[in-house]
Parts: sequence; structure tokens; C-alpha cells
Amino acid sequence: MRGTRNQWGVAVLLAVVLASCSSEAAEPQGSSEGPGSITIYSGRDEEFVKTLFDDFTAATGIETEVRYGDSAELAATILEEGDNSPADVFFSQDAGSLGAVADGGLLAPIDEEILDRVEDRFQSDDGTWVGTSGRGRVAVYNTELVDEAELPGSIFDLTDPSWKGRIGLPPTNSSFQAHVAAMIVAYGEDETRGWLEGLMANDPRFYEDNGATTRAVASGEVEVGLVNHYYKYEVEAEDGSLPIENHYFDRGDAGSFINAAGVGVLASAANADGAAAFADYLTGDPGQTFVSEDSWEYPVVAGYDASVDVPPLADFAGPNVDLSQLGAALPQALDLLAQVGMV
Amino acid sequence: MARAATITVERGRGRRAPVPLQAAALGVTALVLLPIVYLVARALEADASSWRLIMRWRTVSLTLHTIGLAVAVTLAATAIGVTLAWLAVRSDMPGRRVWATLFALPLVIPSYVGAFTLLSALGPTGELQRLLEPLGVERLPDITGFPGAFLALTLFTYPYVYLVTVAGIRGLDPAFEEAGRVAGRSRAHVFRTVTLPLLRPSIGAGALLVALYTLHDFGAVSLMRYPTFTQAIFLQYKAAFDRTPAAILSLMLAALALVVVVAERRARGRARYYRSGTGVARPLRPVPLGRWRWPALVLSAAVIGVGLVLPAGMLLMLLARGLAAGTPLNLTIWAAGASALVSGAGAIFALVAATPIAVLGARYPSRRSRSVESLSYMGYALPGLVVALAFVFLASSYLPLLYQSLPLLVIAYVVMFLPQTAEPLRAGLLQLTPRMEEAARTLGRGRGRILKDIVFPLIAKPALAGAALVFLTAMKELPATLLLRPTGFETLSTRVWTSASAGLYSRAAVPALLLMLLSSVPLAVLARRVGVNPEGVRQD
Repeated sequence: MRGTRNQWGVAVLLAVVLASCSSEAAEPQGSSEGPGSITIYSGRDEEFVKTLFDDFTAATGIETEVRYGDSAELAATILEEGDNSPADVFFSQDAGSLGAVADGGLLAPIDEEILDRVEDRFQSDDGTWVGTSGRGRVAVYNTELVDEAELPGSIFDLTDPSWKGRIGLPPTNSSFQAHVAAMIVAYGEDETRGWLEGLMANDPRFYEDNGATTRAVASGEVEVGLVNHYYKYEVEAEDGSLPIENHYFDRGDAGSFINAAGVGVLASAANADGAAAFADYLTGDPGQTFVSEDSWEYPVVAGYDASVDVPPLADFAGPNVDLSQLGAALPQALDLLAQVGMV
Repeated sequence: MARAATITVERGRGRRAPVPLQAAALGVTALVLLPIVYLVARALEADASSWRLIMRWRTVSLTLHTIGLAVAVTLAATAIGVTLAWLAVRSDMPGRRVWATLFALPLVIPSYVGAFTLLSALGPTGELQRLLEPLGVERLPDITGFPGAFLALTLFTYPYVYLVTVAGIRGLDPAFEEAGRVAGRSRAHVFRTVTLPLLRPSIGAGALLVALYTLHDFGAVSLMRYPTFTQAIFLQYKAAFDRTPAAILSLMLAALALVVVVAERRARGRARYYRSGTGVARPLRPVPLGRWRWPALVLSAAVIGVGLVLPAGMLLMLLARGLAAGTPLNLTIWAAGASALVSGAGAIFALVAATPIAVLGARYPSRRSRSVESLSYMGYALPGLVVALAFVFLASSYLPLLYQSLPLLVIAYVVMFLPQTAEPLRAGLLQLTPRMEEAARTLGRGRGRILKDIVFPLIAKPALAGAALVFLTAMKELPATLLLRPTGFETLSTRVWTSASAGLYSRAAVPALLLMLLSSVPLAVLARRVGVNPEGVRQD
């Protein structure tokens, strides 16, 4: 009898606690998902996209609530949340993370009009996500410590013992992870595993993201870093005197993989119109002008040019990997990274 | 914790606690147990591929790394803490009053702040290398990995041992040592055979705090890239689509932490040291250091130099550099407000949740209330990252309204920091014998008047101290805040983390300094309480 009474007491108390918390919670959440606001899960760094979000709000009147993280982390979060996801739109640093969420059936189709303007190679086959900018993988190197001639034409040759202790990379960053996924698509799991194990044998240093890797190269902590091509320019914008330069691997080499940052609208979006407006903004004139003029990435819409500082995409395009296939390979890539001990 | 429970409240013994009180206490306990129950459930439904990731050499190596670091840090921090406590309280070291304050100060530096200042100062191409460059030093040995993690955690946790040992030494009856001396034993012999054993419970409590802190630490080991459980769990969470292995690793870490707590309780349970009477209340005579004076000063200066001057100096330097580069400050002000808000809410709700537990423990002592109390304290042994992951999983699947909301973050704080308010509160309630209330009642005072005139004034101080402690801990808390915060909600600790983990040290300096400044307010409240009642410090 006593036991039952206690149990009831506990149940009632828990119910009261949870109910009071929920009603408190409902308010901020509700307001952030009202008609005038969208919740963005952004795999792109705050320092790169903050002004873009502000411009979007200024142009459309739609407020943004942004949750920053690594793209793959946010993709896993959305998959875990399922239909309960508070996100309206997923702004990813790479196509693989978008593909993984699309494969989970959680993305709504993008408007035809938007898909039509973006180059085919930078959007998914099934129209669930669309690219907003293109980026290439490079090896950023310290010009005081490395002679350009010393750098290999193929990324596979970084496993040579002469690179022991000299390489830095960001294994938890989705740009790197997607690169590994692309190598799995192009060369198969065994060859990719061999490359990763070869890298591990060279005692690479690990960094949080591309920016930290590039800064470590600039300070001489490591000599070569595996990053996206535009970080050199971003870090130089902080301090122009740094001894860093991009090394592009040979045309067609696995090292020169081209990926897309892109956007997907959640099927469960509370503000689907706001989310669609965001995708429209990023692929429309304001978004592409931003990519063209205020960044060192590649626009994805014909008629917009990349910065004159960067080489044309065609000059270094790597293996022919369909970005739509990355999503399926990304979980495999993460598994592989765990197996070789990088994460 | 000095169990004042030996002062039995006769009237309370055997009396049954009112049902609402029991229900409230059980409710709080259920809430505390929720994360661990959920993790067990999640681990049970793991499939073969998750287990394959767990059942490999790496997990063994993680366990060894974690235990190795915890043991090394605990030993070093205990050695430093006890030595400095003895120097500050018992020796005639020059300026020992000033030293006594300085020795406690590294406590305001969260380990992740300490870690990034150490990295920017002592890294291969850090400030020290820049200073040494004219001498031809092109790079310094790498401190990441074990050396960096060990250094950061030891330097910023030894104050726990220091503070409890100081309190322990102050509480010693000089008669014991004097008896030893009179019996013709040398000073060193007396210290080893009399003083140290008497201090063992205090030192043990301090060492437990250090060991737990090390097992829980996420920021310092991640920045130092030393592969412990917390680092691996966070990576698994960030860089894997299957998050079940993260849940399993979390359970393993939780088990490790519980083993440490139980082991310490066992060790303490056997050791009992009493004074038979009230003893002699007079200060101990300082021990002349003689030729040991210089080594003592060098040690003190070294600890304070690396543990306090270096981090503070580095932060100021980075701040100046950041300001010169135009780092915006306005975001940090918002983050400071957010930190204060959420830590304040955590302190208040922890106090509310602690009340039924403390009343039950103090007024209705029984085996059952003791087990309720122990279970409700379990969250304190759980690493913040583990509690956070459990709540993330739980809320995203079953409590969508609470998910990514401030109330959930506050609930996590309550789960994690409950004993910090429950213990002082219980101790306060024990000092307040029911006789006082009964006397007041016979004098015709009503219940309300009794609460207002007798109960509240007497428990206000311990309640405030407990709340201040939760506020301080929540301000510095990183992993749970990072994972559970609402979208767009930035506290000082998450600001520091985001910048420091990206290697943007000058951007991390402003929030880090503000964080330390704000945490010194509750620390001052606590320090005053420690002055009043040296026992109080044990509860931190």
C-alpha cells in the first residue's frame, strides 16, 4: 500500500516538473519557429556565414536562429531527432552530410526553379538538396619549411615516410570526412583504408577544423595541412604576412576532390516557406554575388565568377565523383576513420 | 564529509517522514537516475556493429589512458596540495598569509581555459618559443598528449586538496602532536605517524574531488588531444552516425567514476578519528623551516607562476592582441548575461530539489532515507558529458518540447550538482535541533513564525553557500552546456570553447577573463563561509 502511494507521488511529481518545464520551453521554441523566423543547423563556420545570415534577414525580414556544428555531427543529430527536429533548414559544409540526411528521408524536395539555376554537378540527382558554393581540397603548406617541388602530385604519396611528423589534418571536420567518402566512392574501401593507415603511420597531428589546421601550418607547428582551398585566403585576411601557399594535386588525382556546400529543407520544417526562401536566397543573386565577391569559393550558378585569386576549377578538378553518392558513403567513411584510429 | 549525523536527532529516529516529503525526495532521485537508466536501455538495444566498435583494443587503451591520467593527476595534486597547505598553515614561510590566499586562486581557472593558455604559451611555436627564438630555439617540444593534460589538470585541481587540507589542519587538536613530541619523537616522525593519519579523511576527500574532476574533464583533454573516455565519447558523438557506441562508452566511464566514489567511501568508512572531548582550542605553533625555507619558496613560486601568473598573463596579452585586431566585445556581454542566467537558475532549482533530500536526511534518518540520499547524489559522480548525452538522446526522442531548451539544461545542472546544495543544507538542518522549534512552539509561536524567526535565519547561510557553489560550478561547466543549450544560446564557457578549440586563442581570451571575474563573486561568498566554518569547504 505504502509502496503504491510512493510510486503515485513520484509519478505525479515528475509529471508536474515536466509539464511546467515544457510550458516554459514552448515559448522560446514557438517564437523561433513562428512565421518570421527559421532555425538553421549550420555546418558552416560562424565567421564565414554570419554576415550572409544577417543580409538574409535584412532582405527578407525572416529572423534566423542558428545552431553551429560540424556538418556530419549536425546530420547525425537530425537523423537522431527525426521528425522532432527543431531545424527548418540544414546548411552543410559538404554534400555527403546532406546526402545522409536525404537518405534518411528527412529532406523535402527543393523548388524546381532553384534546381534549374544551379549547375547539375552541384545538386543531388533526386532534388533533395542544392549546392550553394563549390570548394576544392588542397594541401596548404608552409613556404618556409617546404619546397613546392617537394610536394607530391598525388595525395597517395603523402604516406611516404619522408612526411613523418609533418602533416596536419582535421579528422572530425566534415570536409575531410567527405573527402574520405569520395575516395571510397572512387577507389573502394580497401585502397582508402590503405591510404589512411599510411597517413597514420606518419604520425599526423589532428586539429579541430580547417581553420585551425591552416593556422598550425602558418605557425610552423606542422608543415602541410589537408584542407579546403579557401582557408589560405581566409587566414591571410587575418594576417597577410603568413608563409602559407596552396598546393594543388595533379588534375584527376584523388587529392583534388571538388565538393559543394549546400542546403536542404527539412520535411518536418515548421517554417517551410522561410526555409525555401533561404535556399532561394543562397542560390539567387545575393547569395551567389556573396560567393563571387566576398569569398574565395566557387559560385554554383552560371554567370558568376570566382575570385581572381583562385585557379579555375577546371584546372585541378579531381576524380569524377557524383556528389549524390557521397551521402551513402559518408557513414562508411566515418566508420573507417574510427577503425584506423583517427577519431 | 564530516558526518555530523552522530548528533542524533532522537525525536526524528523511527518517525515516518510525511508522504509528500518522501514523494518529493523520490521524485528528485528518479530525475537524477533518469540519464543512467536511459543509457543502460540504449546500450541494451545496441546491435553487433556498435559492439564491434567497442570490443577492440582501442577501448582498452582508452581505459588505460583515462585511469593513468586520473592516478597521475591525483597523486601529483595531492602531493602539491598537502605540501602547500602545510607551508601555508604550519610553517614560518615568509609571507605565508599572502601565499595562503594565492594557493587557492587557480581554482577560478577552468581546466579548458588553463589548457589553452598553456598551449598558447608553451606550444611548439608559442610565446615561450618566441621569447627564446633569439637564442636559436626554433621550436619547443610538443606538450599535447599526456604532459599537457597532466600539467593542466594538476595545476588547476590541486586547490581542492589544498583547501580541504588547510581546513583539516586548522581543525586539528594540537594536543596530539604535542603528546608525540613529549614522548620524544622527532618532528618528522610525529608528522608521519600522528598528523598525516589524522588528516587522512580530509586529504582523501580532496583527492576524490581531483580524481573525479580528472575523469569528468572534457575541455582540457580535448584541447590537449589526450585520448581519454570523454574525448573519445565526444568524437564518437561528433563523427559517427551511430551514436550507440557513445552511449556504451559513457556507461563505462560512469562505472569508472562510481568505482572511485565507492572506493573513497570505503576507505573513509574504516577510518575514524575523534577527539574525546572538545579539545584545546588554540592555534598551532608555526614550525621553523630553517634551511628548507628557500626550496619552499621556490616551490610556491613555481606553482603560482605556472598555475596563476602564466594563465592570467597570457589571457591579458591575448586580450590586448585581440582588442588590437578588433575582436568584437558585444557578443561576450550577452554571453555573460546568459551564463549568469542559466547558472543562477541552476543554483535556485538545485536548492529547491535539495530541500526534500536534506530534510529527509537530517530529520528522518533511516536506512531508507540514507539510500535515497546516496542515490540522489549519483549525478555528481557522473561526467557532465555523460549526463548531457543521455538528456540529448532522451529529449530528442521522447521529450521534444524540452529538447534544446533552457529548462532541460537547468535540469541537467540540478542532476549534476545537487549534493553541492544538499550537503550544506543537511548540515545546517542538523545544527538546528527540533528542540528549538518545539521550544518556540511551547512559547506559543505559530508554524510560520517559527520558520521565519528560527529556521530560515539558521539555514540561510548554508543554503546560500550551497547555491553559490552550484552557481560557480555551472558557470564553468562546459560539456553539458555545449550539448544541451538552445539554438543560438551562447554562454561564456561555450564562447571560450568554440574559439579555443578552433585555435583562435585571442578570441577566447575575453570570455575567459569575464568568466573568471564572474566566478570570483560566488567564490568570495564561499571563502567567507570557509572562514566561518572550515568544515564547509569539504562540500565543494
